[in-house]
Parts: sequence; C-alpha cells; structure tokens
Amino acid sequence: MSFLENLSHYQLDILKEVGNIGSGNAATSLSKLLNRKVDMTTPSVKVVGFDEVMNLVGGPEKLIVSVFLRIQGEAPGSMYFVLDPNEAEQFARQVTGLKEFSFEQYPIDEVGLSALHEVGNILAGSYLSALSDFTNINMQPSVPSLNMDMAGAILSEGLMELSVESDYAIIIDTTISEEGEKSSLNGHFFLLPDPDSFRKIFRSLGVEDQ
Amino acid sequence: MNIIGNVVKVGIADLKITRAPEILRTSGLGSCVGVVVYDLSQRLAGMSHVMLPDSQLSKREDLNVLKYADTAIDLLVESLIKDGARTYALKAKIAGGAQMFSFSTSNDLLRVGSRNIEAVKQRLSLHRIPIQAEDVGGNSGRTIEFFPDTGILKVRTVNMGETEL
Repeated sequence: MSFLENLSHYQLDILKEVGNIGSGNAATSLSKLLNRKVDMTTPSVKVVGFDEVMNLVGGPEKLIVSVFLRIQGEAPGSMYFVLDPNEAEQFARQVTGLKEFSFEQYPIDEVGLSALHEVGNILAGSYLSALSDFTNINMQPSVPSLNMDMAGAILSEGLMELSVESDYAIIIDTTISEEGEKSSLNGHFFLLPDPDSFRKIFRSLGVEDQ
Repeated sequence: MNIIGNVVKVGIADLKITRAPEILRTSGLGSCVGVVVYDLSQRLAGMSHVMLPDSQLSKREDLNVLKYADTAIDLLVESLIKDGARTYALKAKIAGGAQMFSFSTSNDLLRVGSRNIEAVKQRLSLHRIPIQAEDVGGNSGRTIEFFPDTGILKVRTVNMGETEL
C-alpha cells in the first residue's frame, strides 16, 4: 500500500488546516479585488480515486474554466482554481466592467481572458504564499495557464505526478463564494501536492510519518 | 440500422471489452490516450484509457497495469483473444495525447501527451496491430465513443464538435 492511502486522521486534519490557511488568504485577496465580502467553506480533504476527482466538479465531460499552475520549490505540486464557465464570465465582467464578456462570442475578448488569468494568478499566489509562510517551505508558483475544456482533460494533468505512486489523489478542496448574492460565484481551489511533498509538509509541521 | 445498446464506460486507467450492440466510451481525455483494439467481424472491441507511457515509471511494486501504455495494451490484446478475437484481424484506433497546458517547464510529466502517443504506437506495432485511424495531439480534451459493429470511432471536443474516424 502507498503512504498516501494510509494517512491518519490527525494528518488529514493537518492538511485541512493547510487548505484553510491558503484559501483564507486567497479569499481576503479576492475580497479586496472585488471590494465585496467573500465567504469560504471549511476545506475538505478527500482521498479519492481518479475518476472521483472529476466527479467533484460534475464529471469528466463537464466544461470548466481553470487556472492551473505547478508549484515549484521544495514541496512541488499542482494547483487549480476552478470555475464554472458561467461563473467565470461573471467574474471577468465584474473585474473588467465589460458587461458583454462571454465565452460564446468569438473571438473571446482578450481583456476579459487576461483579467481571469490574472485573478487566478493573484488568488493562487496568495494561497501559496500563506501556505509557504505557514509551513516554512519554499514554494513558488509557475506561470499559470488558463484553460476552458473538459474537467477530465484538465484535472488529469494534475494527477500525473501522483499516479506513478498511487491510484488515489488527496485533494484539499475549498470553495470561496461571494456573500449574499443569489448568483454568487463559487470557485474551487484544488491543491494536489506531489507524493514526496506530503512528507515534507508533515515534517515541517512537526508531524512524524506513522 | 444500427441498434445502439448500453454504453460501457471506461474510466481513467481502466480497460473494458465489449461486443456490439454495446458501445464503449471514455470521457475527458487530456494527455491520456484512448486505445481501441477491435475485431470487426466478431463485433468485438476493447478500449483502454492509458495515463502514462511506461510501466517502468511506477514507484510501487503492486503495479496498476491498466495505467501504463505498455502493460495496458498487452492486457487489452490478451483479453480480446481470450474472448474470441483473431490475432490477424485485430485493428486499432487511437485518440488523445493532447498537451493541455502550454507553459514551458522542465517537468517531463507535463509533456506526457506526446510520450503517451509514441508509447501506444510502439506497443501496437510490437503486437503487429495496424492503426486504422488516429486523432492525437493538439491541445483539446476529447471524449470518444467506439461502435464495435461498424468500427466507427466518434471523437468529440469542446470547440470542434464531433468527428467520425
């Protein structure tokens, strides 16, 4: 059995806290960016099979918009900020003030896309910097990549590193949303540390391997 | 008229064998490659959703053979023959192997698409199975469906709709 499939409750709780700190910081950034109140859910840490990863966002064929980046440094991994296309459109409209921004209108407005890209970058960056401060591990984000495609195609990329070691992925998932509004935006953060990074994160937080 | 039966779903790192009228489907292929090997006259087909090129990459002892191009294709061919396919009649169609993210990186695993395609082709040629059609590379996700009675492979992408191979 792989190390990843045998995490203790205590270790899972630690990962929850890791997600909490990262997304808390990201939610604050988003709140400043939109000048609105932003809510966030308690992170969930899920140990799931690869097919189930896609089910978290609505199945492998579900169209999603994602900002993906690799975490480089001492504890490498993958990170996604995932939005539903409708929410992403709304997001871009709010940030840029382009009321007409739409993914269905070709060519897609470059300014809107670029804004989305940048928002993803800022949020992922603030997530990571909080994480890095908390764990005292050096982590830097790669240049992010903005994609709109099937969830399966996008999320499976983040599973590659894990897949050489395990048939399961540990996903630290937090949802942030705008408070109060009916048609609020919900963004998922998925943090997928590489297998070796779990050990580093635990060690730096003083949790020994079992 | 084709009678379309149940859809047999193939997950990630999964392999299924079926006969017409059932059809095979795998959804959301990114850098993964969907490999279909079939014997048309027997209306028998198998589909494998390959994630990684080479089982040598595995860092664990209890290897998941369905994950790697080499071991999955071996098993695919073996299972088809056990179910009555004739070796000389086997043909293949493949799709997938996209590069979803464009940033340049030293990380090999983010260029896994093209390595998957290459590994799949190599393994198929080792089994002397001709590739009848392919839709590989690019940077779009694909959903594929295979019809064992006609040998048609349908490929759907978000931006380009559906094509038949």
